Amino acid sequence: MKPTDIKNPEYFHKVVDCQYACPAHTPVPEYIRLIAAERYTDAYMINWQSNVFPGILGRTCDRPCEPACRRVRVEEEPVAICRLKRVAADNKSDITERLPAIPKIKNGKRIALIGAGPASLTVARDLAPLGYSIDIYDNQFAGGGMMRSQIPSFRLPLEVLDEEVGYILNMGINATFGIQVDSLKAILDKQYDAVFVGTGAPRGKGLNLPGLEDAMSNVFLGIDWLSSVAFEHTTTIGKRVLVLGGGNTAMDCCRTSRRMGGEDVRVVVRSPFAEMKASPWEKEDAASEGIPIYNNHVPKEFVVEDGKLKGMRFEKVEARYDEAGKRTLVPTGEDLVFMEADDVLMAIGQENAFPWIERDLGIEFDKWDMPVVNKTTFQSTNERVFFGGDAAFGPENVITAVAHGHQAAVSIDLFCRGEDVRKRPPPHVTLASQKMGVHEWSYDNAVANDQRYAVPHAPLEKTLKDRKVEVELGFDISTGYKEAERCLNCDVQTVFDELRCIECDACVDICPTDCITFTMNGAEQELRTRLEAPAGNLAQDLYVSAELPTMRVMVKDENVCLHCGLCAERCPTTAWDMQKFLYNVRKAGE
Amino acid sequence: MSYQLPKFRHPELPVNDLGYTKADYEGAISTLCAGCGHDSISGAIVRACHELSIEPHKIAKLSGIGCSSKTPTYFLGKSHGFNSVHGRMPSVVTGAALANRDLLYMGVSGDGDTASIGMGQFAHIARRNLNMVYIVMNNGCYGLTKGQDSATADRGSASKKGDPNIYSAIDLCGTALQMGATFVARSFSGDKEQLVPLIKAAISHRGFALIDVISPCVTFNNNSKSTKSYEFVREHSEATGTIDFVPLHKEITTEYQPGHSHEVTMHDGSSIHLYKVDESLNPFDRRSAINAMEEHRYSGNILTGLIYMNLDSRDLHEVLETSHRPLNALDEADLCPGNKMLLNINASLR
Ligand SMILES: Cc1cc2nc3c(=O)[nH]c(=O)nc-3n(C[C@H](O)[C@H](O)[C@H](O)COP(=O)(O)OP(=O)(O)OC[C@H]3O[C@@H](n4cnc5c(N)ncnc54)[C@H](O)[C@@H]3O)c2cc1C
Ligand SMILES: Cc1ncc(C[n+]2csc(CCOP(=O)(O)OP(=O)(O)O)c2C)c(N)n1
Ligand code: SF4
Ligand code: SF4
Ligand code: SF4
Ligand SMILES: [Mg+2]
Repeated sequence: MKPTDIKNPEYFHKVVDCQYACPAHTPVPEYIRLIAAERYTDAYMINWQSNVFPGILGRTCDRPCEPACRRVRVEEEPVAICRLKRVAADNKSDITERLPAIPKIKNGKRIALIGAGPASLTVARDLAPLGYSIDIYDNQFAGGGMMRSQIPSFRLPLEVLDEEVGYILNMGINATFGIQVDSLKAILDKQYDAVFVGTGAPRGKGLNLPGLEDAMSNVFLGIDWLSSVAFEHTTTIGKRVLVLGGGNTAMDCCRTSRRMGGEDVRVVVRSPFAEMKASPWEKEDAASEGIPIYNNHVPKEFVVEDGKLKGMRFEKVEARYDEAGKRTLVPTGEDLVFMEADDVLMAIGQENAFPWIERDLGIEFDKWDMPVVNKTTFQSTNERVFFGGDAAFGPENVITAVAHGHQAAVSIDLFCRGEDVRKRPPPHVTLASQKMGVHEWSYDNAVANDQRYAVPHAPLEKTLKDRKVEVELGFDISTGYKEAERCLNCDVQTVFDELRCIECDACVDICPTDCITFTMNGAEQELRTRLEAPAGNLAQDLYVSAELPTMRVMVKDENVCLHCGLCAERCPTTAWDMQKFLYNVRKAGE
Repeated sequence: MSYQLPKFRHPELPVNDLGYTKADYEGAISTLCAGCGHDSISGAIVRACHELSIEPHKIAKLSGIGCSSKTPTYFLGKSHGFNSVHGRMPSVVTGAALANRDLLYMGVSGDGDTASIGMGQFAHIARRNLNMVYIVMNNGCYGLTKGQDSATADRGSASKKGDPNIYSAIDLCGTALQMGATFVARSFSGDKEQLVPLIKAAISHRGFALIDVISPCVTFNNNSKSTKSYEFVREHSEATGTIDFVPLHKEITTEYQPGHSHEVTMHDGSSIHLYKVDESLNPFDRRSAINAMEEHRYSGNILTGLIYMNLDSRDLHEVLETSHRPLNALDEADLCPGNKMLLNINASLR
């Protein structure tokens, strides 16, 4: 193999598994160390720069970082990255002084943002400090998009939402709420320099089954029902509720139902339990609230008697897999199962809808009637129109919307300055030694053996009574500290200097996880078979040095390195050093 | 600040026939200087014992005094251990081995511990052919007492703060051969490829097995004027050949080229394959071994690898015709045959 080019920022970035997996590339270990140091406000601001909504995300994020956490490769559970973010948000002091200054004199460029969800708000946050004049149009009565209309208050209290949305709307943004945009042409005609479409994926999918017409008054689309609860148009539900679907919307529907008067609330899903789309923790939370999940049940018909919904019938199925692993649901042949219901919520998916975008504006739509959007620049085929969040490529989550927003803001800024939007600015990176003494580092390199700590919950008697009572209480300071200590500091990199190495093997001998090998070079696939320990995780790179005096090379498998620094402590010549790698995605105007 | 070993290990560490991973053969974290060759030898011992699937409680590790003699703390944490007196490890092993012949005795010593204060004991344990592995971690100095020249320092070699040594060096392999050792090898801490199979062969050998391992002292004797530095040893060592160890009941998977390799069956049924590089050496002939060593010394090179092995070795227990059951397993009835037998014996002597 060729010697690894550690000057390429993406090499070490990939080693920081959580940050790499985070769509917005939040510098996770950096803020976790700040939490351990009780510097909550600093930890919060690091998050705020990257993901804009630390308090919201610290409660609701889909957390793609956690399955990526290095810890799951050496033990069972990842660091509770998401809930640590909340610790920073809960314990910070006033941050208003730290927010970017908004120039009084504007730069003369006007931007329209359609929709006030996380994607648009991120664009606003990045562009307002640069002097752009920003108009937001949204059909709800307040900002936040689905974070307000869909995510229930028992998961995300209104105060937290209002606070973080407020930081942005207070940046001199001109927001118009309660307005439905029904023509993009009309907006473009207002001579904006650029328009950002962040309207999400607002249409719920339904099931057209026999009996639906007669049952209509007791059958609701999940996301419409949730927003109607959020906006207090709906205040009750029947005692017996069936929720159809196995994703997170279904989980929010069933848990909300339990708080609105539902006593016998059931989730019914076509797929096997293990394959449900809902996150494991959402399923656990539903279970702990006494909500059973019936899997392998395909809805067949609504049963209506005397013009009133009585329940539904389901066909029992069994999942079969062909050689390619493709699943088919095969009926078991048993009798249809009847379940009683007063109300039915259909939570089987969402889709985009752009009836308000005229098709003659130069915006190309593909065969699924989705706009053609560049995955890097977020520009559509009309160079003035950008898309982001769920509107760009279909429903995802808040952190993805934020990541899109940052990139779209970079593009809009480049575009307004007449520069090429394809020339993306490189990330900010720094790499600095952490050595303080022979066995001393400026990070806490001892590896904590602790298992993941559980976040405490408020008692069910309290939370089921009132949909606004938050279920999770968050870590207290001391548990937060202990959980923070579980972080392996994957951003503190092992950096090797072949000119200093005397090939004494000390690093090889001390490494607890057998990451380091000195051997003859070879092609990657073959080299992987000759290392100290199995190196089968191809998703993780090999760090290869230039040739050493014995004609061998140093090969380090990054896979299960604990970043404990023992290699550097045991190296007599400081050929290994532990260096902190900070990687920040460049935002607009930086 | 750490200085503690994390609990986590590589999740796919191979397990041996006993179901143990290498980690089960590790000891406490080393307190030796960073980069000390001794730590690598500890690593090689861990690897050899793991790969041979030796039950940790069937091993006793014994040592004298010195940095080298401290290392048993850093390997085989679940085995028996005795950190004895300076230069006296051989007599302690002798006692232990006579009392319990069922354990594997792993003696660890330094060049000071062996070639200075312990020279007399070393000579006699080699001569008696006690069934043990005797590893010398040879750094040419007294590391623990801050680097004074030891008796294995070459004439003219100088440590970091010292003058060139004026005395001639003791060659422990040569001495052992002269004393009648039945297995003699030399290796280098920085070459586990060679050292691990040598340790395995030494463990399988029945009788006294010496491995003199050059092991640089990074702190006091790894400078440019020293002949025990990493750089000097790498440049001047010449291997007798390579050695491959195949334990009993393990399938031979490597293809051996006829003519170049020599297969030897060990006492315990395992086998070693030697690929000779140096045709002038016949490691099964003591005269040839002595000659080869002299030749290399003359040309200023260090001969490494298996130097001598006596396949007909008879260890001390065989020579003394001791009981096959360990002494510590014999009870009073076994040890005291009774008055009648005593009268018989006495009568036979009249
Ligand atoms: C029930 C449910 C629970 C969820 N829970 C989570 C969670 O816990 N964590 C997570 O990360 N994600 C969650 N999501 C997904 C997440 O809410 C979205 O992915 C995210 O909000 C998308 O952000 P966005 O900015 O693209 O659009 P949105 O948040 O959808 O915002 C778009 C805004 O535009 C408005 N709008 C749309 N069309 C028009 C128009 N023509 N004129 C004016 N205004 C318009 C909408 O009303 C809305 O206010 C959940 C989604 C649902 C449905
Ligand atoms: C009876 C006795 N004499 C002297 C000493 C002092 N002493 C301690 S270690 C040592 C030499 C150790 O040298 P070596 O065996 O080569 O070990 P190294 O530290 O080099 O590995 C000496 C002389 C002692 N501990 N006991
Ligand atoms: S930091 Fe060094 S010693 Fe620790 S696990 Fe990584 S490579 Fe091994
Ligand atoms: S400990 Fe240092 S000098 Fe020794 S082999 Fe490792 S990197 Fe090289
Ligand atoms: S003083 Fe020398 S022999 Fe002792 S631990 Fe340090 S390097 Fe090793
Ligand atoms: Mg010594």
